[in-house]
Parts: sequence; structure tokens; C-alpha cells
Amino acid sequence: MTVAVDVPEQESWFHRNQQRIAPWLFLTPGLLFFSVYVIIPLFESINLSFYEWDGLGAAEYVGFRNYEDLYWEWVDRDAFYISLKNNLIWLVMYLLAIPAGLFIALFLNQTVWGIRLYKSLFFFPFVISQVVVGLVFTWFYDPTFGLLNEFLDLFGLGPLNVLGDERFVTYGIIFAGLWPQTAYCMILYLTGLNAVDPEQIEAGRLDGAKSWRMLWHIILPQLRPATFIAFVVTIIGALRSFDLISIMTQGGPFGSSRVLAYYMFEVALSEYGFRMGYGAAIAVILFLIMLCFIAYFLWSMYREEKGH
Amino acid sequence: MFPKPIEKQPRAAQITYQAMLPLALLLWLGPLLAVALFSVKPAADFTNANYWGLPSSFEGAFNYGQVFFNSDMPRYLLNSFMITIPTVIGAVALSCMTGFALGIYKFKSNLWIFFMFVAGNFVPFQILMVPVRDLTLELGLYNTKTGLVLFHIAFQTGFCTLFMRNFIRALPFELIEAARVEGISEIRIFWYVVLPLMKPAIAALSVLIFTFIWNDYFWAVVLTQGAESQPVTAGITSFNAQFRAAYQLMSAGSIVAALPPVAMFFLMQKHFIAGLTLGAVK
Amino acid sequence: MYSTFKRTTAALALGVAMAAPAAAELTGELRIFLDTSNPAPRATMEAMIERFAEQHPGLEIETTVIDREAYKTQIRNFLTADTPDIANWYAANRMKPYVEAGLFEDVSDLWAEPEIAENLASTKGAMTLDGKQWGVPYTYYQWGVYYRKDIFDELGLTEPTTWEEELSNCQKIVDSGRKCYTIGTRNYWTAGGWFDYLNMRTNGFDFHNQLANGEVSWEDDRVKQTFANWKQLLDMGAFPDDHTARSWQESLPLIVQGDAAAILLGNFAVAPLREAGLTDDKLDFYQFVAINPDVELAEDAPTDTFHIPANASNKEAAREFLRHVVSAEEQTEINNGANLGQLPVNAQSSVDNDKFLQQGFEMLSTNSPGGIAQFWDRDAPAEMAKVSMEGFQEFMVKPDELDRILAKIERARGRIYDN
Repeated sequence: MTVAVDVPEQESWFHRNQQRIAPWLFLTPGLLFFSVYVIIPLFESINLSFYEWDGLGAAEYVGFRNYEDLYWEWVDRDAFYISLKNNLIWLVMYLLAIPAGLFIALFLNQTVWGIRLYKSLFFFPFVISQVVVGLVFTWFYDPTFGLLNEFLDLFGLGPLNVLGDERFVTYGIIFAGLWPQTAYCMILYLTGLNAVDPEQIEAGRLDGAKSWRMLWHIILPQLRPATFIAFVVTIIGALRSFDLISIMTQGGPFGSSRVLAYYMFEVALSEYGFRMGYGAAIAVILFLIMLCFIAYFLWSMYREEKGH
Repeated sequence: MFPKPIEKQPRAAQITYQAMLPLALLLWLGPLLAVALFSVKPAADFTNANYWGLPSSFEGAFNYGQVFFNSDMPRYLLNSFMITIPTVIGAVALSCMTGFALGIYKFKSNLWIFFMFVAGNFVPFQILMVPVRDLTLELGLYNTKTGLVLFHIAFQTGFCTLFMRNFIRALPFELIEAARVEGISEIRIFWYVVLPLMKPAIAALSVLIFTFIWNDYFWAVVLTQGAESQPVTAGITSFNAQFRAAYQLMSAGSIVAALPPVAMFFLMQKHFIAGLTLGAVK
Repeated sequence: MYSTFKRTTAALALGVAMAAPAAAELTGELRIFLDTSNPAPRATMEAMIERFAEQHPGLEIETTVIDREAYKTQIRNFLTADTPDIANWYAANRMKPYVEAGLFEDVSDLWAEPEIAENLASTKGAMTLDGKQWGVPYTYYQWGVYYRKDIFDELGLTEPTTWEEELSNCQKIVDSGRKCYTIGTRNYWTAGGWFDYLNMRTNGFDFHNQLANGEVSWEDDRVKQTFANWKQLLDMGAFPDDHTARSWQESLPLIVQGDAAAILLGNFAVAPLREAGLTDDKLDFYQFVAINPDVELAEDAPTDTFHIPANASNKEAAREFLRHVVSAEEQTEINNGANLGQLPVNAQSSVDNDKFLQQGFEMLSTNSPGGIAQFWDRDAPAEMAKVSMEGFQEFMVKPDELDRILAKIERARGRIYDN
């Protein structure tokens, strides 16, 4: 390395203290950006949730009224209840991406000719924008010409109006979301499988372990890091779900496919929405749910840091 | 290797596997292939309810020509590039610094600041919607690409810091110790010692962020409104409003909108997967 | 969709300025925001602006066309930041949030001018809030039933005028294996149109207005009667089963292909139906039937409007532009069949010869004694419109759960009008 080494006669204050100052210099731009656009708005939003504001005139302090309204919406089984319920369905169903991704990864973890291309093609739905995924699946479900109904027709079933029926709509959207999410989990597991200790597998085989037992007792424990990341990204994806709902149903029919993230957009900024404070209150609830998971993630990271 | 390599299985199993691969792929990509088929059909096929038969004539050139020469699509694409590229540069630059600071130095609040970035990255970003929109309006950056870029840089810094910090921690610390013993200033250590070692991380992160930002829809809807600043994800909805019920054009438009990140993925596959799976193996 | 065209006429302006008195000359920039993103209305508006520009060569006019749906959410932004001098919008309660926030200019002075006061009297009410006028209308159109004449002929049906005729017609249509009405409730407002007509016909215009203003309970028996009438059609299977998955445009193929006999929609339905191949001998129009003989017929006729934002910078030129828009000649021109294909707001203008426009004009001017409504999502406050229209769609799917749905809307009423 050819670095000019500067040894000043008298060390300046900066030089003497640079190990203490340097990290803050490096942190400042990032912290500044992050504070202005993420941390401060977060608290502003919490504050706004105690106001009633149409986004145009002056805001009026209303205390916990927005939360009371949410509570009554919950009691009356109104939009907020439905959104929360759907969020829960999203959380649970979206986690199917993990076993599905593992399954495909096991299927593709071979070394036959052309397998690399197969792996890429299986993965690439993940890089397509959710907007396009939404459009693709809207047409897939279309009651008049959708591929799904063409398929059902072969068995004399259907037509199924997936996106127009309150019973199916949320599952239909989640299924569309699972498509890229499964691809993501698949790639995590493929990488994980690459690193599985071959000696342990051989040892297992010698012990006569059958495939399923082997998967459960030897492979899965070694895939733990991959499973953890798959879990984290899937939970986040499930709670943030907005794009697909906005593209595929706009929350319909009659609001039955709303989730909190979409509902808050709807009440605050959509065509008929003028309730900024109410939207903020919904966002705070969503944030609190997320906080449970965030706390869990940070805690596992903290343990790991201390373990080092 | 798990499962058992197929070469060591009976011949029949090998043939079944080889036959199942393309079938599974066809099923997996079915919805997308349908859209690709739509995009080369003539309009008449849709009025005649010939949805799934072969195209009565091949109109790919015409349909894609419409998208490129008779709509705002090229503009949306250009906007997407003009939003995505500065964001990638900005977020990667900021996080190289924050990652360096948090990965190398030991100071009291280190872990707390790190956790703040991580937690901020996990926040459901919808909670930021109203304040960020107001801030952008106040700055006079509403409906500008700059407004969108600034927010994206800030938000992505959370994830990028997590990524960079963990990467830097895995670097051999002795190199830095040695440089310090030689009296090299901290800034030079960052620039001449650490940064060159971070190249793979920078490449991986750039590809990832490119895809994330390209595919963003929510913030595009919240912070921009017209063709002079909207990226292609938001533009496609206007495009579809313009060509409603012209499925062949909407399909072609969707494929065009999806193409750049797909191309990026296939060109930079190694970096992309390295980025996504960092931490999947310990 | 978006476009900007600038017209710089400095050279021309110089020439005119020599001849014309300087005081009358408008100068500066005039920025116009429009939501007329479909090709025909867009061309109409651009031509209308061009004519204005020719009269005022000293003005530099910049027009911005925004996608119609996107415009509805963006207006609140551009009224506060980066504000144009002219923006179009909708009448009645739909302008209320912006009037209350002080974002629209009071243009009562224009309405005091005899030219406007005399010729636009019929739309003054729709432009009035708090006793002042906040903009001018530029077009309106009728709503009603557009039906397949050839199918009616085939089944031996005639245009109904009473609810009994309506039901018996519908029964015959259903028996022939078709749906009476196509509808796409993915856009909630299509169900809002049905509610408007059923409620105005069942309970009259005044009751309908009270409901929109939050003065009547949604659990009132009169409201329930409206839904009971609606349920009669639902029980017959008058509407397509998958209406929730269709947008209004996606509902049109049913009537084009003859799987449905009619559609209740605004006159904007005519253009796409003609485009899809329905000629005038196949497509016809009738006024929504009377239901309760004791109430007078009232119609939906939504009015589209122009406004001056309070933050506009060239209000003098903007006022002149509004005068231009509502003038008798411009009204005749922009609303004719080759352009917007709608009805002019100026009493001195002439209505195009198009058969649907003629019928609509005739209906609105002679056979709507009860009054003229704007449309549900323009008459009711935005939030109320949203909640109730969602309820209408839900009712169309689950008519047996009416009580629960009405209770939900009633709760929303309690909250929304309190404030």
C-alpha cells in the first residue's frame, strides 16, 4: 500500500482525538438524512394521531378520539376490524412462502445440465415489481378470460370470481404475493443448502436416516440462519402489503380486502379521504404490531452481538 | 449434498426429474407467459374472445411500438432511471460511511445507533406517509424526482447500514490496526484500506437497491403526480387508464416496465444473490 | 397522462399592443390544470384554450393535463403548492373541502354580471356554498337508461315508464337468458347512480337531499323502502353476478355482446358503446321509470366546473378565462357531438343534434320537475359518499344483510356530520 504517511510535528487536537471524532463524522450525513426522513416523521405521525386534520386547513387537537373511533370500528366489526383481521391472515398465510421456498429449493438443489438457468428462472418473479405482479394476477383471476377459470373449466368448475368475492379476495391477493416471496425464500434456502456440512449428511446416511428424518434432524437445524432471514423478510413484507391491494382490488369488494397499510392510505390520501389524523392513528397501530417483531429481531441480534 | 444427487438415483427417477423441471417451470411462470402471449396479440383477438388461442397475427412489433412511440412510457422509464440511479449512489455512499463508523469504532452508543437504523428500516413505512409528504411539500420538492430521491436515500440508509456494518465487521481488523500503527489518519484508512475491500458489498448492495427502488410504487404515488416526475410503476396505472381494455397494450406496457430490473438481475446475478443471501449462511 | 404546451406570442403581442388600448390587454402567465385526459375531451379543451389565446395574445398560457383519476387525489396538493391559475373540478359538495379550506376564489362578482347571471341561472345553485359562488360550470350531462333497442324489439318490449312495467320487462329479459342491466361496481359510484335514482323515485328529491346532508337516519323506513325496491331487481337476477370484479368500462362488453339489455349510466357511456359497434338503431335511451307516483321525477345531471384557486397568481386573466368558457359560442362549440358530446350550461347556446343529447336535454328541461341532483358522490360529503357507496355494493351482493349495512352507514353518519 502506497499511502503517504503524514507525521505532523505537533499533533493537533483533531489528530489526537480523531479516533473519537471520526465515527461521528462518518455518521453525520447518514444520521441527518435518516432523522429528517424517518425518525422525526415517525414521532410526528404519532403526534398527528391525536389531531383531526383534513390536510388543508388547521389541525384540531382531539386527544384520543381517533383511537376511540378505531375502538368502535373494532367493536362494530367495521373497516378497522376487517383490516386488522386481514393483516392477521396476511401474516399467517404469507409465512407459507417459507416452506414453499424450501420445497422448491430442495427440488432444484441438483446438478443436472442447465440447472443454473432453472434456478434463475424460478427466482426472477422476485425482481418484478409488485405492480406488474398485481396486474398479471388480476388477469389470471379474471372471471371472463382468466387462466384460472380456463383451468377450472377443464374440470367443469367455476367460474370463480376470486377478486370480486369477499370470501376469496384476500387469499387471492396473498397467493399473488406468495409468488415472488416464495422465490425469495427459495434463493435463501438454495444458498443455505450449499453450505450444509456434507460430512453430517454422510453420517446421517450411514445411520440409515430416511429423507424426512434427515431433513428434520440434520438439514433444517443447519438452515436456521436462512430460516431466520426468510422469517424476517416475510413478516415485514406481510405487514407492508400495499401495492398488490392497491392494484388488484383497491380494498374491494366493499372494503373486504383492506389491510391496515391500505386503509390508512385510503382514509388519508385517497379520492374520498381527508382524515390525516385518523390515518396516522391507524399507522400507529400498525407500528405497534410491527414493534413486537422489531423488538424480537433486535433482541436476537443483540444476543448474537454479545455472543461474539 | 441434500437431497440425494439425482445422478445416484435409478434411471427412471432421473428421467422423471428431467421431465418435471420444464413442466414445473411452465407452471411457475404461467401467469407471466400468459401476459407475454397477450402482448403480441392483435386487438381483434380480444374482441373475438380469442384469449388463449394462438395470435391470429403476430402484432408484437406494433404493440411494443405503441408503447414506445405513442405513450408516455419512455418518459416514465427515463424518470425511473433518474430516480433509481441517484438513490443507489446516495444510499450506498452514506451507508459506506455509517457502516464504517459502526463496524470499526467502539463507542458507547454504537449499538444503539445501529439498532436505530435497523428498527427504522423495519418500520412499516406507511407511518411516514403524511409527515414525509408534508415535508416534501414544504421543501417545494413535491412532484419532483429530487423529492423522491431524497426520501429513498434516507429510508434505504437503514437497510444499507445494516448490510455494510455486518460486512465490515467480517473484514480482518488487523489491517486497520496495522494502518493505525503506521499513523495513517482515519479518513485515509476508510478511503485507502477499507473501501477497496468493500467492493463486493458495494456491488451487491447497488444491484439490490436498484431493484427495490425501481419497483417502489407506494412513494411514487404519495410524492409524485405527473409524467414529468412519476416513475414507471406509477406511470403504468396512468398508461392502463389510457389504454383501458386494450389488453395487448397493457400487457406490452407491463413487460416493458418489468424489464430493467429483470435485465439487471440476469446481468448481475452473482452480486444480486450474494446481496440477498448475506447472512443466510453462518 | 400529461402534457404541457406553451404558447409564446411575444412577437404577435407586440403588433397587437400597438393597435389595442393597453389597459384592456391581459398579460403574464396563465397556468391551467385539466383532468380531461381522454383524447376527445383533451382535444376539445386544448382547442378552446387556443381560441382564448388568440383573443389575448399578451398571455402566455401553459396547460397541464393530468390523468382523470389521479387528478382527484392530486388537486389537494396543487391547490396548496405549485398552484395553477385555473383548475377544473366538480360542483356541489365535492368542492366543499376546498371552499372551506379557503383554497377556491370567491367568484360571486362574475355571477353578478348580467351575461352570466341571466344565462347560467339554472346551474347557480350547484355552484353556491355559503351564499357565494366558487366557480363556473362548463358542461353537464344526463343520466338514464341506455338500452339495446334490437333486444327490446326481439322480446317485444317497449320503453317502460312505471315500476311495474320495468319489473315485467326485466323478467322477460331474464327469461331470455340475459341480464337486465350490466354494471361494474369495482367503481363504487356505479352503484351510487342506482341508489340516486331508486331513492329519488321512491322518496323524492327533497328527501334525497336531506339524506345527503345527513339530516335523516339511514335506518329510516323510507330508506329501507328504497332498498326494498332495489332488492326486487336483485332477486330477479337483473344484474351480472361478477359485477364486483368489473370496472364500469369492463361492464360494457356485456351490453355490446347482448348478454345484458341495458345500463344505467351517464351520457359518457354513449361514446365507448358506439365505438364498440352499437349503432344508433341498436342503442336507445329512456328516462328512469317512476316508482312512487306521489313524488316528482328528479334527475342526476352532474356538472363539471372551472375554478380559480385562491393562491392563483393571475386572477384577472383567470376571470376572463371563465367568462370565455361560459360564453354562448364556446358552450355551443365545446359541448357539440364532435367534441365533449354533452350539454351546454349557457341558455343561449344550442344543443347538438345528436339523438341522445336531444333526448337528455328534453328530459332535463321539461320532465324533471322534482329537481336536478349532481350525483351521489358530489352531493354527499366525500367520506359519507365513500362509506355509503361501499355499503351499496355490499347490499347488491348480500341483500339479506341490509340491516347490518344500514347500521354501518348510520354510524358513519353520526361521526361525519357531527364535525
